[in-house]
Amino acid sequence: MKKLSARRRHPLAALVVLLLALACTGGLYAAFAPAGKAQADETAQSLAIDEGKKLYAVGCASCHGTGGQGTSDGPSLVGVGAAAVDFQVGTGRMPAQQPGAQVPKKKVIYSQAEIDQLAAYIASLGAGPAVPSAEKYGPEGADIANGGELFRNNCAQCHNFTGKGGALTHGKYAPSLEGVDPKHIYEAMLTGPQNMPSFPDTTLSEQNKKDIIAYLDAVNGDDTESPGGLSLGGLGPVSEGLFAWVFGLGALIAVAVWVAARTAKAKKS
Amino acid sequence: MSTAANETRSRGKAPAGERVADWADGRLGIYSLAKANMRKIFPDHWSFMLGEVCLYSFVIIILTGVYLTLFFHPSMNEVTYHGSYVPLQGQLMSEAYASTLDISFDVRGGLLIRQIHHWAALIFLAGMFVHMMRVFFTGAFRKPREINWLFGFLLLVLGMFTGFTGYSLPDDLLSGTGIRFMEGAILSVPIVGTYISFFLFGGEFPGHDFVARFYSIHILLLPGIMLGLVVGHLILVFYHKHTQFAGPGKTNKNVVGMPLLPVYMAKAGGFFFLVFGVIAAVSAIATINPIWAIGPYRPDQVSTGAQPDWYMGFSEGLIRVMPGWEIDFWGHTLVLGVFVPLLIFPLVLASIAVYPFIESWVTGDKREHHILDRPRNAPTRTAFGVAWLTVYFVLLIGGGNDLWATHFHLSINAITWFVRIAFFVGPVLAFIATKRICLGLQRRDKEKVLHGRESGIIKRLPHGEFIEVHEPLSQEQLHTLTAHEQYKPAEIGPTVDENGVERKVTGTQKLRAKLSESYYGEDSQIAKPTVEEYKEITSGHGHH
Amino acid sequence: MSSQDIPEENLPAEQDAPHGAAARPADEQHPFADPGLPPHEHRVQDIDEQAAKRSERTVALLFTLSMLATIGFIASFVAIPVDKSVYIWPLGHISALNFALGMTLGVALFAIGAGAVHWARTLMSDEEVADERHPIEAPPETRAKVHADFKQGAKESVIGRRKLIRNTMFGALTLVPLSGVVLLRDLGPLPGTKLRHTLWSKGKLLVNMNTDEPLRPSDVAVGSLTFAKPEGLEEHDEEFMTEIAKAALMIIRLEPDAIKDKRELEWSHEGIVAYSKICTHVGCPISLYEQQTHHALCPCHQSTFDLADGARVIFGPAGHALPQLRIGVNDEGYLEALGDFEEPVGPAFWERG
Repeated sequence: MKKLSARRRHPLAALVVLLLALACTGGLYAAFAPAGKAQADETAQSLAIDEGKKLYAVGCASCHGTGGQGTSDGPSLVGVGAAAVDFQVGTGRMPAQQPGAQVPKKKVIYSQAEIDQLAAYIASLGAGPAVPSAEKYGPEGADIANGGELFRNNCAQCHNFTGKGGALTHGKYAPSLEGVDPKHIYEAMLTGPQNMPSFPDTTLSEQNKKDIIAYLDAVNGDDTESPGGLSLGGLGPVSEGLFAWVFGLGALIAVAVWVAARTAKAKKS
Repeated sequence: MSTAANETRSRGKAPAGERVADWADGRLGIYSLAKANMRKIFPDHWSFMLGEVCLYSFVIIILTGVYLTLFFHPSMNEVTYHGSYVPLQGQLMSEAYASTLDISFDVRGGLLIRQIHHWAALIFLAGMFVHMMRVFFTGAFRKPREINWLFGFLLLVLGMFTGFTGYSLPDDLLSGTGIRFMEGAILSVPIVGTYISFFLFGGEFPGHDFVARFYSIHILLLPGIMLGLVVGHLILVFYHKHTQFAGPGKTNKNVVGMPLLPVYMAKAGGFFFLVFGVIAAVSAIATINPIWAIGPYRPDQVSTGAQPDWYMGFSEGLIRVMPGWEIDFWGHTLVLGVFVPLLIFPLVLASIAVYPFIESWVTGDKREHHILDRPRNAPTRTAFGVAWLTVYFVLLIGGGNDLWATHFHLSINAITWFVRIAFFVGPVLAFIATKRICLGLQRRDKEKVLHGRESGIIKRLPHGEFIEVHEPLSQEQLHTLTAHEQYKPAEIGPTVDENGVERKVTGTQKLRAKLSESYYGEDSQIAKPTVEEYKEITSGHGHH
Repeated sequence: MSSQDIPEENLPAEQDAPHGAAARPADEQHPFADPGLPPHEHRVQDIDEQAAKRSERTVALLFTLSMLATIGFIASFVAIPVDKSVYIWPLGHISALNFALGMTLGVALFAIGAGAVHWARTLMSDEEVADERHPIEAPPETRAKVHADFKQGAKESVIGRRKLIRNTMFGALTLVPLSGVVLLRDLGPLPGTKLRHTLWSKGKLLVNMNTDEPLRPSDVAVGSLTFAKPEGLEEHDEEFMTEIAKAALMIIRLEPDAIKDKRELEWSHEGIVAYSKICTHVGCPISLYEQQTHHALCPCHQSTFDLADGARVIFGPAGHALPQLRIGVNDEGYLEALGDFEEPVGPAFWERG
């Protein structure tokens, strides 16, 4: 303790305290931030039933109305089609938890079988896009380069060059496309979830969609090569600038401190 | 040395190096030059090496840049890509873009050199920025170094534009968006805007010319000027000799340190390799400007997160947060929403560049200064610098508002409003806070001189009182802490002269007196401890 | 700006210490005497030959490491294919060649630098020396001599007396750079009215950018987003870039009763509206369309336009609404333009009016 008290006036003491405080704050934030995680999980799970309508009545009707006609809390689902249900429920966005700028992607609480039942029920309310079959978004016959051009023309303005996501107005955002199931990407283009516009087959053909998905897999997949090294989030000059300051100039200043420092003196005997 | 000895030497016994030197001296007079410089003294301090970081990264940029010109085609001819990067095969793109892809994927080591070139550019600019701040906050810009300050400032500005023209050359979607922004900014200039734009782009945007034109600006015009300025900058550093911090044995009339030969030859020469090594390693580890992922430029395509390189970020912030004012001016459009930021951009830069001249006018001090100030001992200057930095960083936040929004889950509109307000309020608060902190630190220094260093050892006196033991400072420390100069505020003097005639006091004089008061008045500096104070305390009732 | 009106006593006293490292007594300005340079202390290497030897070996080791790294660089260059990819944690899938070349080059350079600095720090003399400074200003005699020389030179040139020569010379020197300025004229054509016109004209079909097919009203669904170019403009065209930079079109469909602006409704077709894709701020292609709010956001500077209300600016630095293209349907049922944009597209400029 004596040692500690002797050093608390050390010029670097303030820095040490600051660093400790920062570490504590960070740790506390990390510990408490994800609090309140999905309370709805269990209630929904325990009430799972195999009929879409029943599922709907329990999980969806409070916002979308008993017959899918929509209420002030949720839009009408008549005519949105099975693809919309498969996307919204299959990515965990629906059922929504709390009002906010945007409904985020969450843990999926329905099984695929239940999602299919829900989708069948919604599809029965009015004709809409169906869930795409696997060959529509598979890699066979896709033109990656054309997909790239289509992506830059239609998607990159919101989702960034390689699908890392971006900001929209008032806290809304275009999510990152990293690790998103190709089926869900296809469905999103088809149905235009939330504020995303739709890209129906009449304006973005099935082949176009296939190309886009193949391009995304090539530039934003698990095995995508980043030849130059760390991709720094794929966010462009902002992250590059930060890296240059912190690791580039930071390292050089550390080196400069060593170059200019006095060499240790021999102990006086 | 006798003449005879000299003759024997020149007949071939002298070492080869010496003979070469003799030969060169006979033609170039190198001995006189070396006499003054070979054992020149440089002081040791890490912050004095920031300028070297800039110099060396500049050299690295030139070396790698020359290599890149061997492979880059500055042409906007449209070609179909058939290189080895699969996701772009068959795409239409400019030759500039295609050749940059080739450098990245087909030339062995080309990617490394490209990345070294670009990383070194970011570090060059960051280094200049920090170097400038070091010079600013320590008052190293004072006489006789004002011209060198301006040289350095010009290098920073030219560096920014060399960087901008450089990253625009690959003609990728991101840099093309930056060029489009530049075109829009030029169009906003009243009267001549459209003409400048048409002359720069050889017609309408984007045309077929700008890559070739930017190329000659980027590799010849701007670096040529910069090279000249760098040489001038270095000559002046040698001529003025380096500044130094106050300390025992260090005065305004000497410079204390190690000789150029051998110590600084090894340290500075070695530092070049260290800088190059670090940048090469960074380029091996982290990718920069992956143009293949960004795609070729098309004026009807864009990506979110479109930002310039960091050194242009504050101008991006200016343009993003400016309200969209547009007024009709006798049938003409005055695009204030773009033109005002275009005017503030140079003003932000110029405000720091002219500061030394304002300060020297306020102090009226025409003497040479070679001892650096500690930032706390020049509170008004330090506060001004921090206020300037606040503006700069607030604008940087504005320039990256979309990434702040997505990464901290904020509303982009809220960030924009924050920047709009902070642009005006931030520097004022920073100025006040910094000045107070500086004064607090001055008080602490005074306290330390008079009472010694707090040792952290608690002693209980016989009557029960607890005190902390203070250790007195050494003579070196006492001297160092009180070595700084303190000005007295300038006074206008009596308004009537000795004959009772009223003296005319101009507005400028009044302004200067006012500024001087705010710089050096009682509220702006803490008087240094005097020997009497010290004696009174040390001889008196001991520590407490 | 002279310092005459600032009395000398306001300036701090000169630091008139004796030159060199000698100590200086205390004075009014510097209450604590300068004890002078502290005595030089020896490093371990100065007194212990063993330690010096160790330093020598470290330096030599570093230089050797650099040699090895250079050999490694050359070996990597020869041995590793340019397209080989490796996975290195935590960098990801990266180019093997780039990583190998960068690391070996980095080590080769860094080791030289580290060796040289270690050498300087441990083996070269570290005794601090003081060098005198000399005033930059010339002594008064020199100053007087230069002034006199200049005056004599100026007098001998008779430039002060023969005013005609002086004035015509200044005239000639002022005019001659004009040739250079004039030469810049052909950098580009004059703007004329080029910024006011696009390829759109009456009867031009709206061609889908994605499929290259002309659009029918039924193709465009409510909530969808489509980009179009004028019929006849192909990617391979010489002037494609310049034309698309003005003609790019953003097409959306709204429920007709959701359209708040009267003119927008008039210029639309069954709720289909066509707006310029080029931002009126500085020309970024604006197309971040939020289909629920009908807002379009520019990714560059966040100008926000309400596409249901005449594309008026609701946030950000843009100064005016996006130009709308008047559209209709031709006899064959395809969407067509009913004329060019009525105002210039893209960034505002002085002559825009």
